[in-house]
Amino acid sequence: MRAIITVIGMDKKGIIAKVSNILAESDVNILDISQTILDEYFTMIMLVDLENINSTLEELKEKLIQSGKSLGVSIKLQHEDIFKSMHRI
Amino acid sequence: MINPYEIMETIRMLEEEKLDIRTITMGISLRDCADSDGDKARKNIYDKICKYAGQLVKVAEEIELKYDIPIINKRISLTPMAMVAEASDDDNFVKFAETMDRAAESVGVDFIGGFSALVHKGYTSGDRRLIKSLPEALATTKRVCSSVNVATTKAGINMDAVADMGRIIKKIAEYTADNDGIGCSKLVVFANVPEDNPFMAGAFHGIGEGECVINVGISGPGAVKSALKRVKGRPFDEVAESIKKTAFKITRMGQLVAKEASEMLGVSFGIIDLSLAPTPAVGDSVARILEEMGLERCGTHGTTAALALLNDAVKKGGVMASSHVGGLSGAFIPVSEDAGMIEAVEKGALSLEKLEAMTCVCSVGLDMIAVPGKTSAETISAIIADEMAIGMINNKTTAVRIIPAPGKDLGEEVVFGGLFGRAPIMKVNPFSSTEFIARGGRIPAPLNSLRN
Repeated sequence: MRAIITVIGMDKKGIIAKVSNILAESDVNILDISQTILDEYFTMIMLVDLENINSTLEELKEKLIQSGKSLGVSIKLQHEDIFKSMHRI
Repeated sequence: MINPYEIMETIRMLEEEKLDIRTITMGISLRDCADSDGDKARKNIYDKICKYAGQLVKVAEEIELKYDIPIINKRISLTPMAMVAEASDDDNFVKFAETMDRAAESVGVDFIGGFSALVHKGYTSGDRRLIKSLPEALATTKRVCSSVNVATTKAGINMDAVADMGRIIKKIAEYTADNDGIGCSKLVVFANVPEDNPFMAGAFHGIGEGECVINVGISGPGAVKSALKRVKGRPFDEVAESIKKTAFKITRMGQLVAKEASEMLGVSFGIIDLSLAPTPAVGDSVARILEEMGLERCGTHGTTAALALLNDAVKKGGVMASSHVGGLSGAFIPVSEDAGMIEAVEKGALSLEKLEAMTCVCSVGLDMIAVPGKTSAETISAIIADEMAIGMINNKTTAVRIIPAPGKDLGEEVVFGGLFGRAPIMKVNPFSSTEFIARGGRIPAPLNSLRN
């Protein structure tokens, strides 16, 4: 499955490094990545492929959420279909 | 990649505007569970519910994890129990309600609907036994919800049933007097009841439905209110457009979840119910949407027009987003479950009469209304009769869920907590309707042409 990871919060050093580390450890491939300031927030959006993930989805989400907490940002992982279905006909 | 603005919009709707899937409701037919031996019938019912719904909560949780969408309630609706239990020799159907309660507990759902009867034209023996059992059934069970359909546009209004329901509601309130008459919040009296509604307390699995279906109720008053904030002061054309677009997006999310749930459970997809269902939480109020349109308080002059626009625009936006739309689909206006409604009643802006007018243009009716405990059974019946007449004449669903709060009067409130919220006691007309209700019989079905 392909999913979107969003990181929202204050910009600081090491966010991308930390998130991509967790993904590499879990055998999750990053397909695309973009970073921008939206509505005054630092926003990083990643498209990832979870095909070969070596843990459960729940474990990966938990790791991301925990690292988000330590970085002071909010991290979410959602199947890409939710965005496609809401905005595309 | 998907446009970042679209991604952020979805996240904002979920995080800040409290968008959620309000309920995944599994409808299960119990038509093959009837037996002349009540114990056997109840075993059949219990086993069937556990067989079909055993994975419901687990599947809902997996979908929540996958999409990060909160799915607030997982529920079950059943074939109207009066039809299933009728074959048994039992004089009282309380044990059937207890079986429903046990099955709901065992599969982990918070409510189970379908302790119901359809009596718009008359009673069968099962209907009579079920209605007689209601006070005890709703007092002794926690999860069981009940509904009684007493009117349709095609059959007219069964005024004997209306009279009975007034007395039964009073009795349910007495049986649950320790808790402000909470039993009444689990009973809905309907006109033109939909057979695929996923929302409680009025959900049941209609007789035209298949063996087992998944119906999904969406919500999102907060998202609609935020969308309206962005068109402040603009003409109504833009208001309607803005509601339609939001309803479309919300419904698409519901459709995705419904499709996924039905595939994972191996059960067919029934309908999406496009309702704006408020909760007592701040930011989850239908009243606030109406106020956002420019009304100082919900209930003031203009409220009916605002609600008419809202209700219609929600349907227009949602219909294209889903392959099958059904249920109640529209805006709900329960008083106790909507912080803005509660405040409007407390400030004297919203009266029972205005609520009745509002029900002419929205999807349900007088919902979660608390009235003084001393209100007579006949007055409650008359309130029901008025509401049923609105549904019958206008070819729409209307409903009454009313709580005559034992020992309480104007200036006090009932507090149920959780999703049921709290409700200030509302004033009822003090003049009697006793002789009117005492007549009984049926109000004939209305003419559907020469409409003026």
